[in-house]
Amino acid sequence: MSDLKILLNFERNGKSHTLESYKQRSGYKTVEAAFKKYSPADIVEEVKKSGIRGRGGAGFPAGLKWSFLPKDSDKPVYLICNGDEGEPGTFKDRVILEENPHMLIEGIILSSYAINAKHAYIYIRGEYGYALRQTQQAVDEAYKAGYLGEKLPGTGYQCDITVHKGAGAYVVGDETGLMNSIEGKKGQTRNKPPFPAVEGLYGCPTIINNVETLASVPYIVENGGEVYGKIGTEKSTGTKLLSVSGHVRKPGVYEVIMGDSFMDFLKNQCGGILDGKKLKAVIPGGSSTPVLRPEDCEKMTIDYESITAAGSSLGSGAVIVIAEGTCMIKLLEVLAHFYHHESCGQCTPCREGTGWLLKIIKRIEEGGGKMEDIDTLTSITKHIAFHTICPLGDAACGPIDSFVEKFREEFVEHIEKGGCPYNGKFTRLQKRI
Amino acid sequence: MATSPSTYKVDDPEYKLTPEMQTKIDELVSKFPEKNSALMPALYIIQDEFGWIPPAAISQLAEILDTTPNKIYSVVTFYTMYNEKPVGKYHIQVCRNVSCSLMGAKHIVDHLSEKLNIQPGETTEDKKYTLSLVECLGACGSAPVMMINDTYYENLTVKKVDNILESLQ
Repeated sequence: MSDLKILLNFERNGKSHTLESYKQRSGYKTVEAAFKKYSPADIVEEVKKSGIRGRGGAGFPAGLKWSFLPKDSDKPVYLICNGDEGEPGTFKDRVILEENPHMLIEGIILSSYAINAKHAYIYIRGEYGYALRQTQQAVDEAYKAGYLGEKLPGTGYQCDITVHKGAGAYVVGDETGLMNSIEGKKGQTRNKPPFPAVEGLYGCPTIINNVETLASVPYIVENGGEVYGKIGTEKSTGTKLLSVSGHVRKPGVYEVIMGDSFMDFLKNQCGGILDGKKLKAVIPGGSSTPVLRPEDCEKMTIDYESITAAGSSLGSGAVIVIAEGTCMIKLLEVLAHFYHHESCGQCTPCREGTGWLLKIIKRIEEGGGKMEDIDTLTSITKHIAFHTICPLGDAACGPIDSFVEKFREEFVEHIEKGGCPYNGKFTRLQKRI
Repeated sequence: MATSPSTYKVDDPEYKLTPEMQTKIDELVSKFPEKNSALMPALYIIQDEFGWIPPAAISQLAEILDTTPNKIYSVVTFYTMYNEKPVGKYHIQVCRNVSCSLMGAKHIVDHLSEKLNIQPGETTEDKKYTLSLVECLGACGSAPVMMINDTYYENLTVKKVDNILESLQ
């Protein structure tokens, strides 16, 4: 376990968001050097070499995504930084936006230069009032200092950033939903193709990357893609921010090296489970990733391949820890309520299906369940997943299928007993550090 | 929750956009390649002024942005943060999602509900408080969490909630 901190390379002293603090950490040096040293294609090449995979949840290689831009388009290219961060359990981008926004801005300048975008949008979810203010302040500072605006130092290159405030809709975290939102429309998603790299914001070629991905770019350009590529494992390179919540003694945002042991991380860095309880389950990558039992996590390391092999997904890196004594059906009801609430209504399987799922789970939790309900749940998910325009439908099914698979006995117990063995409540655990 | 537009007058003089608001909206329009992109930030300007999005303001905004009130309604009702009806001076929004539920959000909601004598979704008679349940606020590490207007209150306990309410008196 190493102490390398790329994204959280600052002290939490209330000043880390300022230009002064960022420059003390050699901030903006990379951007000044890069314009002289590298062509845009060189930067794309470094990012490709780094192997960094999109940190929003899908894990798609960022450099490869950039290379999908058409070479012969005469339309402007846009870069969007996705800071919608709506996946329940996730709060890692918030830390960058609130406490290290200049690193993100430098990443955006470098990335815009690489893909020849003159205008970038940072889309931040509306609830993040503080993050919006901190980021806007940093953008204003960067304009004043000449890092943004027309003709950046030593070049004829232009880069503008607009901070855009969302208004509360999970589906907008999807890239095309987010583009519709910036265009002032309902945040419903678009059919693909055309893919955003060809026809995105305002019908122009658009690259959209997560906050954490873009904030990693200055380090990659400064040190070279190869150096970044050597951090972590072969296929999961670099560091990853994990948002840890639930029944742990030290919840919060951690930066870990890909490939670290999950159980060691949970025990040592997160301080283990509250009140000395035993671990019952882990949702390792945000609410839509399949739930795991403790035995699935024993040999798991924190990287895309290992968590996939364990039966789930690294997703956005949101680790939700669940202690013994928690009713899994009640928990699933909370999740099902969320997906039903957030379904945008565009595709029938998701709009109707998420409502049916919620009704059935509620019925089981409240004592009116029948044995056949369990298989009805998984039959409904079969008709939602991969039958919708966007991944919200698939996301709604991940928890249902995995809860049924891993905790079937709890469904049976609820149905046989005619009610919730935990009295329909969550046990309250207290002792945090 | 949804309020039919006919409940309110669309030409209510109380909700006429002020010249300052008009100027701010015009500035927004000039910032984007397409006029319609100013819609969401313009709605926030309206909500900051009136506390909600009144139909009269929607009609005026539609004219400024060369769009129809219907299209603006579709946006207002799609996103959860635009208030379709007036809310209290303090809009208390408690997270009900996974991590907050695990850490006792229900106790916080029940306590608020009892103390303010309203159910989630309701506003107190004196129009001081509105209580709402919301989905994940992205502060899961410091659950349970609530947001009052645009400020987060984290690591809540019943006692902490009492102190916060007292500070709002």
